Amino acid sequence: MERTIRVLVAKPGLDGHDRGAKIIARALRDAGMEVIYTGLQQTPQMIVEAALQEDVDVIGLSILSGAHMTLLPKVMQLLREAQMDDVLVVAGGIISDEDAQVLCEQHGMHAIFGPGASTHEIVRYIKDQVGVARE
Amino acid sequence: MDYGDLIARLRSGERRALARALSLVERGGPAARALLAAAYPHSGKAHLVGVTGPPGSGKSTLVSQLALEWRQRGAQVGVIAVDPSSPFSGGAVLGDRIRMQQLAGDTGVFIRSMASRGRLGGLARATADAAILMDVARFDHVLIETVGAGQSEVDIARTAHTTLVVDIPGMGDDVQSIKAGILEIADIFVVNKADREGAERVAQQLRTMLQFGSRDANAWQVPVLLTVASEGRGCAALVAAANEHYAHLQQSGLAEACAHAAAERELSAALQELALEQTRGPAWDTLVRQIAQRTRDPYAAALELLNQWKQHQSCNGKPN
Repeated sequence: MERTIRVLVAKPGLDGHDRGAKIIARALRDAGMEVIYTGLQQTPQMIVEAALQEDVDVIGLSILSGAHMTLLPKVMQLLREAQMDDVLVVAGGIISDEDAQVLCEQHGMHAIFGPGASTHEIVRYIKDQVGVARE
Repeated sequence: MDYGDLIARLRSGERRALARALSLVERGGPAARALLAAAYPHSGKAHLVGVTGPPGSGKSTLVSQLALEWRQRGAQVGVIAVDPSSPFSGGAVLGDRIRMQQLAGDTGVFIRSMASRGRLGGLARATADAAILMDVARFDHVLIETVGAGQSEVDIARTAHTTLVVDIPGMGDDVQSIKAGILEIADIFVVNKADREGAERVAQQLRTMLQFGSRDANAWQVPVLLTVASEGRGCAALVAAANEHYAHLQQSGLAEACAHAAAERELSAALQELALEQTRGPAWDTLVRQIAQRTRDPYAAALELLNQWKQHQSCNGKPN
């Protein structure tokens, strides 16, 4: 039987725009995934602890505040410290290509989806990658 | 496989071990059964508290406040929050954590969201098993929040020691309060959002309804308590009442009777699950087709599957 993919969707930092996060949550639900939605203003500590308790396969972070180069590396560092390297971490929001490259290559994030990425593309990426990351 | 090591890690309070164990029982099957077999002897110590009520009545907020109250009393608190799965995609959006932010960062609390995965009684198939694991992980109270419930999602009363039924003002006239179902399973009634108009009237209707019931002097008297969960008002009294109810169960011997009834249901559920798993052979699809075409009835087909299984067992010489 196909195993249900569990995803934590969270918004790190202080911006209050969660429309994108909700659209993603809905799209992943419609693709058969279980989405734990934690809401706004999550600290990196809260995100990693929630991911641990929920034993998720994927963390999806939505960030529009511009603080991504501070908050996202912190999430990755805490995940490593908690030995949760096997969790797939993706982000979406307003993140420049240069920053995206640094986040992926230096901090170990798996993918960054900018504005214009289709929900279909994101669903496909997660379904393809989860099997690889956790087996 | 031997799960003794995982159980030891659970009992030593390792949070990741608990998280992984919970996933294992959610997936079900032989691995989940082996894990539960190892866990079972260590369980039976936690106070299981169910919280049920209609969508939007404030269950998650209430659970968060109750957890805080118990934490202040020095207890460890586990939370299992169930939300519905989509009947179409099987997916789910589990949003109960949004209302539990105040518990973040406290290592004496562990929150797990769970999708109902097709179950209709207000809980998921694995909810009771998850509660056993939290029990083994030494949580003193395990709060179980059901799917937003209507009138007949009463599974929680069979799983929890103490069931809180949450109501809010403005949900309907007073005939609602004498209908069967969810209102009958309350050990404690909570009228939440009590700062709203009509709260006292709802409480009064519930109290009147309770007086219609049988009057046994030794029976638990179901209290009706008012809360404003968003501000924490009334939550200390609620925790005190829940503790009192649990003590009443122990003293009156009811706890033993409940455990016996629960054991019977667990055995029956386990038997159903195993029977389905073991009899689901190659004949399954053919029988399903025949039943759909009305050339066979479901009972005859079920009997045939059971008979085939019995024959198979005797050929193999030993039951497994």
